[in-house]
Amino acid sequence: MTKSNERKLTIARAMAEATAQEMRIDPSVFVMGEDIGPLGGVYGNTRGLIEEFGAERIRDTPISETAFIGAAVGAAQDGMRPVVELMFVDFFGVCFDAIYNLMAKNIYFSGGNVKVPMVLMTSTGGGYSDGGQHSQCLYGTFAHLPGMKVVAPSNAYDAKGLMTAAMRDDSPVVYMYHKGLQGMGWLGTEAGATVHVPEETYTLEIGKAKVVREGKDVSIVSCGMGVHNALKAAKKLEEQGVSAEVVDLVSLVPLDRDTIRASVAKTGRLIVVDEDYMSYGLSGEIIASVTEHDISVLKAAPKRVAFPDVPIPFARVMEQFCLPNPDKIVAAWDEMQAA
Amino acid sequence: MSPTREEQHWMYRNMVTSRRFEEAIAKIYFEGKSPAFNMANGPIPGEMHLSDGQEPVAVGVCAHLTPEDVVTATHRPHHQAIAKGVDLDKMAAEIFGKKTGLSGGRGGHMHLFDDNVNFACSGIIAQGMGPAVGAALSRKMQGKPGVAVAFVGEGAVNQGGWHEAMNLAAVWNLPFICVVEDNGWGISVAKETASSIGSHADRAAAYGIPGKRIEGNDPYAIFEAAGEAIARARAGEGPSLLECETYRLAGHFMGDAEAYRPEGEKDALFEKDPIPKMRERLLAEGSASEADLDTIEEESAARVDAAIKFARESDDAAPEDALTRVFAA
Repeated sequence: MTKSNERKLTIARAMAEATAQEMRIDPSVFVMGEDIGPLGGVYGNTRGLIEEFGAERIRDTPISETAFIGAAVGAAQDGMRPVVELMFVDFFGVCFDAIYNLMAKNIYFSGGNVKVPMVLMTSTGGGYSDGGQHSQCLYGTFAHLPGMKVVAPSNAYDAKGLMTAAMRDDSPVVYMYHKGLQGMGWLGTEAGATVHVPEETYTLEIGKAKVVREGKDVSIVSCGMGVHNALKAAKKLEEQGVSAEVVDLVSLVPLDRDTIRASVAKTGRLIVVDEDYMSYGLSGEIIASVTEHDISVLKAAPKRVAFPDVPIPFARVMEQFCLPNPDKIVAAWDEMQAA
Repeated sequence: MSPTREEQHWMYRNMVTSRRFEEAIAKIYFEGKSPAFNMANGPIPGEMHLSDGQEPVAVGVCAHLTPEDVVTATHRPHHQAIAKGVDLDKMAAEIFGKKTGLSGGRGGHMHLFDDNVNFACSGIIAQGMGPAVGAALSRKMQGKPGVAVAFVGEGAVNQGGWHEAMNLAAVWNLPFICVVEDNGWGISVAKETASSIGSHADRAAAYGIPGKRIEGNDPYAIFEAAGEAIARARAGEGPSLLECETYRLAGHFMGDAEAYRPEGEKDALFEKDPIPKMRERLLAEGSASEADLDTIEEESAARVDAAIKFARESDDAAPEDALTRVFAA
């Protein structure tokens, strides 16, 4: 548990700290993207870096995602360890060829003779009425396509360890940080994401989920912002005498199916919370991972609380109607009991 | 800057090797594909894009490159790969889908990677631009020698990513050269149908860099222009754009009926086949004797035969190996 005198950081600060620490010891690490220089990143995750490392290693780019993500692939194959930022994950549409046809496939196409050690940082998530091209999560879109590791931290401790691990990985890592967890006041930050972060460097294993709350009646599985909704729902359920376990996926690829299966084997019930679209995505994958393995552990049909299959609407009441929240998770439990 | 005698011989050797290789591939490609043509059949399945006629561009440029320089090539990559020094045995084996291929059969003819000579190609138009610019950035940042060349077709200059990458290379003053192989056709669409200007070299002005168009599919003229551009990049003076007129003597892919070609075009192109032309010039200028060239041709043919033999005799890729090497070891 966090002590009051311990240093707390936001995810944004934790990402910047991890990057700075790695850049001090590894000259091949550099950062490029839009507004990552003097501005420090629209979401603060490169703040302070240009002051320490200069414009050669902290490169503001033109608005040319195809070129600079493609360039990151070429630099990574040539011995560098680029960290590139796709400002909003929604912007993947202008540059996905560089991501899934080059970044994700070149290790395979080379038979493993080429490494592609790069990190693609990208912001996800809505909830602040930014409309349908600036609010998506798209976890399933990225996790679906082979060749990319995908991580999605829910708090600053994990964010720092994942960032360092991602920079040290010889394969491409898509680092999906949720805007609502970044600690940017203007985005209405979830307080639970700002936690104690050790000053020293450490790594978090990519591909390892965490049980962040132990319980015995139901497993609530999620990532990023969904973990906070799950924890809040678990508290409400506790008031009803229901003991909910919360699994933070931390990584989407590789997916830690063992931890999910062990949790559901213990509780017998599964609710998946996903801020990404409902169909063909993360929530279906988690449920399939359990049911195809051993359906007998389930005492009830699994439930999912996910974004409905509609573009993300602008109007506050419409967007909030669509987004997962703790009450929807509690309602899913209630439906599970009523069934 | 004219090529030395040795460079001329090297260029001729690589042009002939490339042509013999493509002829061998073309012949084998149709094994198992008749009477009904089905791309999935035979020892070499899949699409096949041959580079017959385009050899001068590859050799004129690559004559200036060393293994440490980086090349990204296109879906029509064999001449470029051969000129860059890609291992011919492993390349042939890759095209056959063999275990001994460059990537053990995972890539195929449009995805040839040879990290020993910093060569990669890819199957989507203009796709190699970003990676080549990134390799150039890497060399500049590390202070390491080497330039990066992206070969693209004339159709690629109408891709958005091409313009993004040209601007990025220029704004960062990188040791990068884009070489446009203008064979006049984007599959079946003629250049004049697709491009708003005649010479894509003029587009260099948009990025404030030198641009030059080389007419005539002439390996000597391409050598000279590429030499200037590459020397400029090596000197830290930034990127260049070259457009080289060339001829696609084959169809877009094997099996292409080429009904879109104006009548007589192919015959006229074969009249201008750059390989006999270079042979004549070498002899006329006294740069090589008949015996020299015969030897080069025999050695090139033998080299290709050996590579094809290696490919044919190698083990097929193991099906279950498909599940490996998705991530770095």
